[in-house]
Amino acid sequence: MSLLDVRDLSVVFQRRGERPFTAVDKVSFTVEPGQTVGLVGESGCGKSVTSLAIMGLLPKRGNKVTGEVLFDGTDLLKLRRDDMRDRRGRDIGMIFQDPLSSLNPVIPIGVQVAEVLERHQGRDRRQALREARELLDAVGIPDPDRRLKEYPHQISGGMRQRALIAIALACKPRLLIADEPTTALDVTIQAQILTLLKQLVDDTGTALIMITHDLGVVAGLCDTVNVLYGGKVVERARRHELFAHARHPYTHGLLSSVPRLDSLRGERLHAIRGSVADNIPWTEGCAFAPRCDNVVDACLEGAPTLEPTATGGDLRCNNPVSEEVAVP
Amino acid sequence: MLRVIVRRLLQLVVTLIALSALIFIWLRNLPGGPVDALLGERATPETRALLTKALGYDQPIHVQYGKFMQRILTGDFGNSIRTGDPVIEVIGRAFPATVELALAAMIVAVGLGIPLGYLAARWRGRALDHLTVVGTLLGISIPIFFLGYLLKDVFTQNIHWFPPSGRVGIGLDNTNITGFFVLDSLLTREFDATADALWHLILPAVTLATIPLAVIVRMTRASVLDVLNEDYVRTAEAKGLRHRTIRGRHILRNALLPVVTTIGLQTGALLSGAVLTEKVYNWGGLGTLITDSITGSRDYPVLQALILLAALVFVVVNLLVDLSYAFIDPRVRVR
Amino acid sequence: MTEPTTQAGTPAPRRKDERPGRAGGASLNRLGDRKKARLEELAQASAGKGGVSLFRDALRRLRRNPAAIVGATIIALFVLVAIFAPLIAPHDPVQRFDELTSRLAADHIPGATDGFPLGSDELGRDLLSRLIYGSRQTLFVGVLATLIGLAIGVLLGAIAGAFGGWVDNILMRVTDVMLALPALLLAITLVALASKSSQWTVILAVAIVSVPVFARLLRGSMLAQRESDHVLAARALGVKEHNIVLRHMLPNAMTAVIVQATLTLSVAIIEAASLSFLGLGDPNRDRAEWGAMLGDAGVRYFEVRPELAYYPALAIIVVALGFTLLGEAMREAIDPKNRR
Repeated sequence: MSLLDVRDLSVVFQRRGERPFTAVDKVSFTVEPGQTVGLVGESGCGKSVTSLAIMGLLPKRGNKVTGEVLFDGTDLLKLRRDDMRDRRGRDIGMIFQDPLSSLNPVIPIGVQVAEVLERHQGRDRRQALREARELLDAVGIPDPDRRLKEYPHQISGGMRQRALIAIALACKPRLLIADEPTTALDVTIQAQILTLLKQLVDDTGTALIMITHDLGVVAGLCDTVNVLYGGKVVERARRHELFAHARHPYTHGLLSSVPRLDSLRGERLHAIRGSVADNIPWTEGCAFAPRCDNVVDACLEGAPTLEPTATGGDLRCNNPVSEEVAVP
Repeated sequence: MLRVIVRRLLQLVVTLIALSALIFIWLRNLPGGPVDALLGERATPETRALLTKALGYDQPIHVQYGKFMQRILTGDFGNSIRTGDPVIEVIGRAFPATVELALAAMIVAVGLGIPLGYLAARWRGRALDHLTVVGTLLGISIPIFFLGYLLKDVFTQNIHWFPPSGRVGIGLDNTNITGFFVLDSLLTREFDATADALWHLILPAVTLATIPLAVIVRMTRASVLDVLNEDYVRTAEAKGLRHRTIRGRHILRNALLPVVTTIGLQTGALLSGAVLTEKVYNWGGLGTLITDSITGSRDYPVLQALILLAALVFVVVNLLVDLSYAFIDPRVRVR
Repeated sequence: MTEPTTQAGTPAPRRKDERPGRAGGASLNRLGDRKKARLEELAQASAGKGGVSLFRDALRRLRRNPAAIVGATIIALFVLVAIFAPLIAPHDPVQRFDELTSRLAADHIPGATDGFPLGSDELGRDLLSRLIYGSRQTLFVGVLATLIGLAIGVLLGAIAGAFGGWVDNILMRVTDVMLALPALLLAITLVALASKSSQWTVILAVAIVSVPVFARLLRGSMLAQRESDHVLAARALGVKEHNIVLRHMLPNAMTAVIVQATLTLSVAIIEAASLSFLGLGDPNRDRAEWGAMLGDAGVRYFEVRPELAYYPALAIIVVALGFTLLGEAMREAIDPKNRR
């Protein structure tokens, strides 16, 4: 059985006086124990909303979540609020994008790590702080004794993200969700944090959902990749398959827009035309059609379906990039 | 930190000296001054001159001010023109009444305002929130002396829940200890007097609390709404913390920081409001003293001391609030 | 869920292509001047455009805010009643009617009768007419007090904000002294210091209370702008300092001041009423003003005929509410945090 089995997850935002907006549209994917799965796409593609829906962290009002999120066989969407509360932080940990704003500014780092242990492991404050010290040490924060008593504004961005990782992993969860964990960091720090994540995931056997817009992150970390566009999965493939033979024009475009050191001099960087704002609704056709180089008539006659590919992945496209064409 | 405190204290002293000088000079140079007030309009010029001299008003203004400051520093604010008693005694007698009233009002405002503001924010857009918003708007739009009369009319004339005015119905057997009736009666174990004093305190306290309450509710609501959108609240939820912990440690701990400043500034509203409330409920405190020392005879020594006292209290409270920030907000502490 | 894309205060476009030629000294000078004028024009055009679109933006948000509409409607009605008081009021507000005075007693003030829908006041005058005329005096006191406070405050704040340094320091210490006294207490003191209270002492007292608020607000806003991009751009382009202050900093800072003025109006009306209640109001009993009607006779005859208090109080509350609603909606509309 999969550790996490997301089936037809949909999130519709509905504000009074505004048209309902489908942020996540029947998304399905699975995460096996110990596996690292990537959710990739531009901002607004629904990847963060997906993660918040899995965690039950969407606002109480103004949205409708449907589908199933089976964690170890239990549908998280059907859990009572308090039962979900028991699982968050214990079974599933989460790391957010901006480490400064994600930490409480007026509480010492130590307490912020310790409180998870107090909550889920029944530790008292002293014991929890002792364990928090070890956790800070484990995520590579130097001089952890001092850091325990310091406040978020007193430590560097990289260290803050390490502290958040320590919090998320404090109770040894079986699943970790990382929502763009390196976006807000300096490039040099990004690599350090990714290495740390990889190492921790390998050591503890924690499964990881990596949410990112950065294919470089995916390349170094993920076993399987789900490419999201307009709230739907448009391509799913194992990492090597994806990088070697991207089939969906969108994935293809994403890959071509990454600058490469081995590209020929004078070769132009490919960019995907337009922006997410050009999307058409899936009911009218393929949301990506207005930006797509491979668009055919069928693309404007209803949404294409997600079909299994010969290589064991899935693809939602009427006119995929042919396998013969090498990635430029 | 110490340097900040010293600088703020110096600023405070300069402000108070400037204020005292302004008031002093202004008071001495106005027609209808204390001499006229004492003697009436038909006094002969000779008597006037004699009294002017006796009061020291014939000397140059800076000499008068110098002497005045000298006396102030030894605690001597002169004598009340109306009663002849030392000003410090007159004020000392009225002081506890006002402090008791103001403290009670503050307890009402803070004790009701913060939970109400928090709930309104948590239930944004629902009935309680709308009710709170409308209520606070009314609270700052109603003249509080009118509200006082209204409450008095409803609760003492129509339904006899509260006494209409004054501080006590049952006298205290033992003499004043602190001047705070609630405290005194507790100390002397006259509990029926305590109940009675509290009874008299409720309506005036509610009246006086109106504006601070409205302001604190609005501030808390806005502040909690801001904090609810913060990423660290989401982190706290992601940790699976109990609702209680998230509310106390993560939401209120942050949201109340700006509210603390507001509470300090509301001391001003309390001092202003006390003048009105005390008149409505016949509450013999500083507010009544101010009104009395202006209307009727102009009791300048009393008025002068009262204004300085009000300024002192207001400025010191706000200084304390600012300093307390250093202890509750680590981001301020570092510097 | 779309993010705002418009940006405030776009810096003026930089022009590098204009270079003074090698003409004679005089024409070089003229060219230099012309360049400066042109640059200033450019800076202004961009600032102006930003200003107008920001203003329009705020106005658009304001029109969609029900609180603003309610507030504006109340104020409009209030002003209309004040303007057309003589046409609306059934009677002369100062005339004492025999049919009313004859029925006045120590424990009785007549209520509604024929021709006097709200009954009599404490002196046998028509309460309704006094309420209608009262809008004029109330508007007069409120607006004048606010305008005087605004004028002095803006002057002090602008000087402090424009010069900075020791001028700023001294002026801010002055406002410190004024702020050291709670508002009503300061007003009480000022009225008390005048030998005799009159309508003008009330107006001035209420005005002066608001001076430090305006001064600090304007100064703060101007100081913030000193560092802003569009002022830096203008300075980099060589726009004269006094032009920067007058044409760039002041207009932007004034938005906040106007919002504050709207809010101050409601406070001014209530403060005037409070002064009347303390016996420090306008002693002229002929003049109908809501604050005086409520604070004086209204509470004095509360047990005999509470309507004398209810009606002016209701009028004050509604009007104060109107100004508060509009003022807060305006503040919300110009707050960049709420831009959508």
